[in-house]
Amino acid sequence: MSELQAGLFVLLALGGPAVVLMRDPLRQTLMVGVYGLALALLFFVLQAPDVALSQIVVCTVAVPVMILLALAKVRTHEHESHDDEQEQRASSRGDRGR
Amino acid sequence: MSERIRIRLFLAGGAGLAALLAWGLAGLPAFGEFNGACALLINHVVVAQRHATDAVTAVNFDYRALDTLGEEFILFTSVVGLAVLLREQRSERERPPARASEEHRFQGSSYALRALTLMLVGPLVVLALYVDSHGALTPGGGFQGGVLGAAGLLLVFLGGGYLTMRRLSPHALVELAEASGAAGYGLIGFGGLVFAGVFFKNFLGLGTPGELISAGTIPLSSMAVGLEVTGAFVLLWSEFLDQALIVRHR
Repeated sequence: MSELQAGLFVLLALGGPAVVLMRDPLRQTLMVGVYGLALALLFFVLQAPDVALSQIVVCTVAVPVMILLALAKVRTHEHESHDDEQEQRASSRGDRGR
Repeated sequence: MSERIRIRLFLAGGAGLAALLAWGLAGLPAFGEFNGACALLINHVVVAQRHATDAVTAVNFDYRALDTLGEEFILFTSVVGLAVLLREQRSERERPPARASEEHRFQGSSYALRALTLMLVGPLVVLALYVDSHGALTPGGGFQGGVLGAAGLLLVFLGGGYLTMRRLSPHALVELAEASGAAGYGLIGFGGLVFAGVFFKNFLGLGTPGELISAGTIPLSSMAVGLEVTGAFVLLWSEFLDQALIVRHR
């Protein structure tokens, strides 16, 4: 095992727990991308360039984009329901005033 | 269940898992040891048999092309399922941003960032076409090139806004690309059945190894799969983007 391979294995062993222990979903998404890139580098170092190419595009582009968009959807949804509640409160207050 | 029982259960399970892991790891072959007889054989005969210099692509699109057909349709059906799941529902409506200036949702993104992403669109699409078409020659192939092409379109969204991306890749066109890519790959298989008597048999002339047009049906399969994968990923991201940016509750 060369030093490069050993270093990448260590990086992955640290990266996996880092992804899990990061509690903020946004940071977690970015960390998954970094972890995927390290995994792609390892595949490349282990002489599997075909797998490395798939790994790069899927784990650093496709999956993080999907998670980020899902997070954005959840946030707009929360904003909307928040707005709705405020509107309802305002209107009910208005009724009482009348 | 009380906390003490839960902890005991975890300790018992954890000890079992650790023992199994240790047992499994002890039986692993040494690092770098390789016993794949088929891989060694294919590495040896692939250039002579299929005139393809990348053994991985030759395996994917020739030796086990039927498996790849299954994989294609796994991707195809899952993206179709996603499109059905994320369709606009009765309780929702589309609300595109009112002004063009609102469209760009990345607050704080500088002109330099936007210019750079837009500049990268062209090179990325060219790289995607290169990886697609050189599948039989160098590492890469339909899947990798396909996702790269889709990533090129995603950069249009990052640099220019979502409505620009939608104008460049309308849903109907993306769906057509996905469907015709998947159908094209299946048709290559039927071509083998018709012209050589075996489903997915390589029925075209093999050419000179190392030239762009060589290895028979492998480059064609690679292009078809690339088209399908580009369509699939663009469709997938568009559905997510629709949900995140445009579709709102009534």
